[in-house]
Amino acid sequence: MQISIDFDKCCGAGQCVLAAPDVFDQRDEDGIVVLLDDNPPADQAENVAQAAAVCPAAVIQVKQ
Amino acid sequence: MTGAAVTGAPPSRIAVVGASAAGLCVVEALRRQGYGGPLTLIGEETHLPYDRPPLSKQVLSGAWDTGRLRLRGADDIEALGLRLRLGSPAIALDTQDREVALADGSLVGYDALVVATGTRARRLPGTDGVRGVHVLRTLEDAVALREDLAGKPHLVVVGGGFVGAEAAAVARGLGCEVTLVTDTAQPMGDALGDELGAMLRAVHAEHGVRIETGTLVDRVLTAGGRATGVRLADDRTIDAEAVLVGIGALPNTEWLTGSGVPVGNGVTCDVTLYAGSGVWAAGDVASWPHPLTGERIRVEHRTNAAEQGLAVARNVLAGPEQARPFETVPYVWSDQYDLRIQIWGRTRGADEVRIVEGSPAERKLIALYGKDGRVCAAVGVNMMRALRDYRSQVAEAAPFTARSAA
Repeated sequence: MQISIDFDKCCGAGQCVLAAPDVFDQRDEDGIVVLLDDNPPADQAENVAQAAAVCPAAVIQVKQ
Repeated sequence: MTGAAVTGAPPSRIAVVGASAAGLCVVEALRRQGYGGPLTLIGEETHLPYDRPPLSKQVLSGAWDTGRLRLRGADDIEALGLRLRLGSPAIALDTQDREVALADGSLVGYDALVVATGTRARRLPGTDGVRGVHVLRTLEDAVALREDLAGKPHLVVVGGGFVGAEAAAVARGLGCEVTLVTDTAQPMGDALGDELGAMLRAVHAEHGVRIETGTLVDRVLTAGGRATGVRLADDRTIDAEAVLVGIGALPNTEWLTGSGVPVGNGVTCDVTLYAGSGVWAAGDVASWPHPLTGERIRVEHRTNAAEQGLAVARNVLAGPEQARPFETVPYVWSDQYDLRIQIWGRTRGADEVRIVEGSPAERKLIALYGKDGRVCAAVGVNMMRALRDYRSQVAEAAPFTARSAA
């Protein structure tokens, strides 16, 4: 799985961190997403799909 | 009609009415969860699914072109294998024969139907077709307002909610003269309460927005079919070349009249977002009882559309008998000038507010909102990451005590 992020569109909601805390974090100063692992293991697939689906700015792209 | 929905087997034909965030989320989740059968996505607008929060922010300001709104690329939509019916709104529903009638005269059959028709902007009476009067709900609305603002008109914003406050900020940034009129005591007073509302009012005033609070707009004044100003309920008038009406939204349920689907303030669902007769609802249009309080709620937030889309997809495949209650902590944000306001939970009806970090003077704070002795919401201003730590208190409706800090 390959994850890419459109950082310019991120609105800092942190929904991705709630869905997949092993893959996403937020910067302290402005809440913008931090990608901890752009090619996470397969057991993260459902969490990552959930994160991409609930992201309110639709910035997370996942390619299998 | 097939017997699928009666026997409890998974539905063999699914239709989703509404092709915005909630509808898109439903069809994507259905495919992800392995549903490979016929899947029809019906949308009133001709566009592929696009995002609405930026309409009153980056699109209105001109920072983004409208292409950036698209929620998925055309190839991603193609890969879902949908029967796409865009530009042809659903106009009626027959729950007996399980068919949706579209405006173009065609019928779409289903075993399970998801209603995700959203809301539309409320308008002021007598303003239909009046040039210079705007609402802000669709891409076309945003483009039309942006074009008007390019002429740097005096803009009167009617309503101090999310749309009105954000548009006022953008219009000032574009060099327009702006007057914001709201019937609440403070801008966004409904959502933020008086203390944070007062801070927001000060911020808008510093940026040159004139603010009239505690007053209603009686009507829009026109000459030759064009807006010339507004008359307030107290008989004062304000001259304007452009008027933005941001006074809330109405659920799009008229097409369900006579279908037997229960409709009140939106589609009346149970805790699993099921409305009976094979019909489910998701997003702005769905009303459901909160699992903890039993209070019937309807939430018009972007994140709610996605979360309910996921929940409904799961429940459609599980069937009404196995469906799980929808649980959420609502989340919404607003950008105004250099402020980002974020809200977890529901602030309305709060009887206590306590600032637990930062202060209004710093324009950086976290406030907890309490109702009946329990935390009901957490609001952050420019404290994006720190606020997330308070979400659990909202989720658990933790006791609202002096120690309610993360």
